[in-house]
Amino acid sequence: MDFTFTEDQLLFKESVADFLRNEITPEKIRELWDSETGRSDALWTQLAELGLTGMTVPEEFGGLGMNELDFVLLAQECGYVALPEPLVHNVLVAVPTLIACNNDKLKKQWLPKIADGSAKVSVGLEENFLVEDAHVADLLILQSGDELHAISKDAVSLRYNQSIDLSRKLYAVEWTPSAATCIASGDEGKAQIEAIMNRGALACAAQALGLAQRMIEMSVQYTSERHQFGKPIGSFQAVKHHMSNIAVRLEYAKAPVHRAAYAIANGQSTASLNVSHAKLVSTEAADLAAKNCMQVHGAMGYTWEVDLHIFMKKAWAFNSTWGDVAFHKMRVADYIFADDAPLGAGNTFLA
Amino acid sequence: MDLAYTEEHKAFREEVRSWLADNVPSEPLKTYDTEEGFQQHREWEAKLNEGRWGMVTWPTELGGRDADLLQWLIFEEEYFKAKAPARVNQNGIFLLGPTLMEYGTEEQKAEILPKMANGTEVWAQGWSEPNAGSDMAAVRAKAELSECGEFYVINGQKTWSTRAVWADQCFGMFRTDPESKRHHGLTFILVPLDLEGITVRPIPQLDGLPGFAEIFFDDVKVPVKRRLGGEGEGWKVAMATAGFERGLMLRSPARFQQTATRLVELYKANQERADRDPSVRDAVLKSYMDAESYCLSTYQTACRLIKGGKIGAESSTNKIFWSELDRQMHATAMSILSARAELEPHAPDAQGVGDWLDGWLFAQSGPIYAGTNEIQRNIIAERMLGMPRA
Repeated sequence: MDFTFTEDQLLFKESVADFLRNEITPEKIRELWDSETGRSDALWTQLAELGLTGMTVPEEFGGLGMNELDFVLLAQECGYVALPEPLVHNVLVAVPTLIACNNDKLKKQWLPKIADGSAKVSVGLEENFLVEDAHVADLLILQSGDELHAISKDAVSLRYNQSIDLSRKLYAVEWTPSAATCIASGDEGKAQIEAIMNRGALACAAQALGLAQRMIEMSVQYTSERHQFGKPIGSFQAVKHHMSNIAVRLEYAKAPVHRAAYAIANGQSTASLNVSHAKLVSTEAADLAAKNCMQVHGAMGYTWEVDLHIFMKKAWAFNSTWGDVAFHKMRVADYIFADDAPLGAGNTFLA
Repeated sequence: MDLAYTEEHKAFREEVRSWLADNVPSEPLKTYDTEEGFQQHREWEAKLNEGRWGMVTWPTELGGRDADLLQWLIFEEEYFKAKAPARVNQNGIFLLGPTLMEYGTEEQKAEILPKMANGTEVWAQGWSEPNAGSDMAAVRAKAELSECGEFYVINGQKTWSTRAVWADQCFGMFRTDPESKRHHGLTFILVPLDLEGITVRPIPQLDGLPGFAEIFFDDVKVPVKRRLGGEGEGWKVAMATAGFERGLMLRSPARFQQTATRLVELYKANQERADRDPSVRDAVLKSYMDAESYCLSTYQTACRLIKGGKIGAESSTNKIFWSELDRQMHATAMSILSARAELEPHAPDAQGVGDWLDGWLFAQSGPIYAGTNEIQRNIIAERMLGMPRA
């Protein structure tokens, strides 16, 4: 039993965090809103050079051969900077889906390209109904009932849907499933679809932790500088307690997210339960952060003038994508209300 | 990261489980807030001590097992699952004991710890005073060194002293430097409650039983050797006593996980009625998740500490989290119990109410004792988040 990250994992996180905080500034994010794709090829190349796009790609395909647990702290950092590039999706969702699809041709064709940054893959589930970053993906992996299909971007037509978070690029995809595009069906398809949902939800959960942390830090700074009644407003208890309440919920959302990453990385049968728990508590913390941080910013929080809204809007989006609150609560309920559910003390680490 | 218990952990768990199965009284003891129940619990402490299960984290030579925090968590899980008696001497063994090991003289340790361990001496705490509650540094009870230098002469009043009605000893902070202000000039003193000049006035709690008391000190002479740490170092010693690991020992996750599990069972047994209010099911779900979150976080912290990590200001989130969880769980149970919720368990028509009402009453105290949640929120804001002081 060792519920800690290794020195290597922590050091890697530190160095990536430095890079992200320097490069992905709020100014950069605003700049990308005005660009054609909302994405930066130059930035993607940098991420690839750092080995990040290939983190979960097996070494035989040119990646680092690491797992979800190695990446989860980095995903938190991606949330902290509100990274617009689809790095978390590629590492946590697309690559593991390709690895699991049992199709050597697809793996050989796409994994090396993801690792070297020359291709992106987007995965879409019916639960989400729109597909993230389909416009910059070279390959789409899409659900149709119990089937998964791999389709070249050239074979689909895309319809852009603008999100309140301008960094999110969402597309309705018109496409036709066929036997030739099917890569998983039946029980295998169902299992894969559940695994994809878990990975997408973990991606949101980890980023939500970072978003909440960032919103807290921005608000601590703002309320330390903003004076009213001759004092920094952050010295008032009513303001402090808004912030403390976020800190409490955030602190206790971290371990569930790490537990979920561990469950996925180790193929544990409790993964769906662990992920739903993680996503519910981490997005709840980020949602509370959005609410309370906006409140302590006063009218300024209601504007585009300060950067808070960049993080707040992403947190709102994460509430309902990759399984909304009802979806994840139902999964937890299915587990805990089942006959003979192994609940209570001593059962938390059942695999 | 490795989230599997080791073979050693599993064997330890089996050993705990089997001892408890053989020794936990089949009939629940009376509450320790009655004289008879207090005596029963004192005997239970002696029994635990005989099996060397009284304080597993204590060193072997003091009757413990040198258990690390993970073993401690495992012990607690089995303890709560076995519905073993509440710990009447928890102020002693979990709070004062470790502090004595850190600050006590050899003589103090030899004299006090064995009697603490076997329940011969049960300890009460003496922190609060009528005008020093949330503001603990406002302590005014005086301890003056006698002219001969052998005694402290204590005058003043302590209040909310948990277990003090039938306890044998009390620990607390007293002002030894009359000129001092705030947290300076305070000294940590261990006071036998049978000394001349001490009056204990029981205070009935919400359940009508005297779970705590006021203690009046009227020229009470306490030998200087009963001072813990140096004169004027009381605040430092008190902070160690109130530190995170001690807090963890008072409220380990198993307690809340078992409550959450009982809540799930209660909901399932009364589902049709309960579902008339859809928020009840949601509250049950949330309770289960929060209890699991508390457990996961505690394990993560324990593992970090075992590997040499340090506890930081984030530990001040702990008390708010569990006290709100406990209140939420019991409030939900009260909703499910519907019109029976208000009935005392011994009422003739109180079928199925279990001990939820008692738990509900006790849950009210969580956000208040050991530093109100408002004080905790201030600490989080200032020390963890770095917000400006008032």
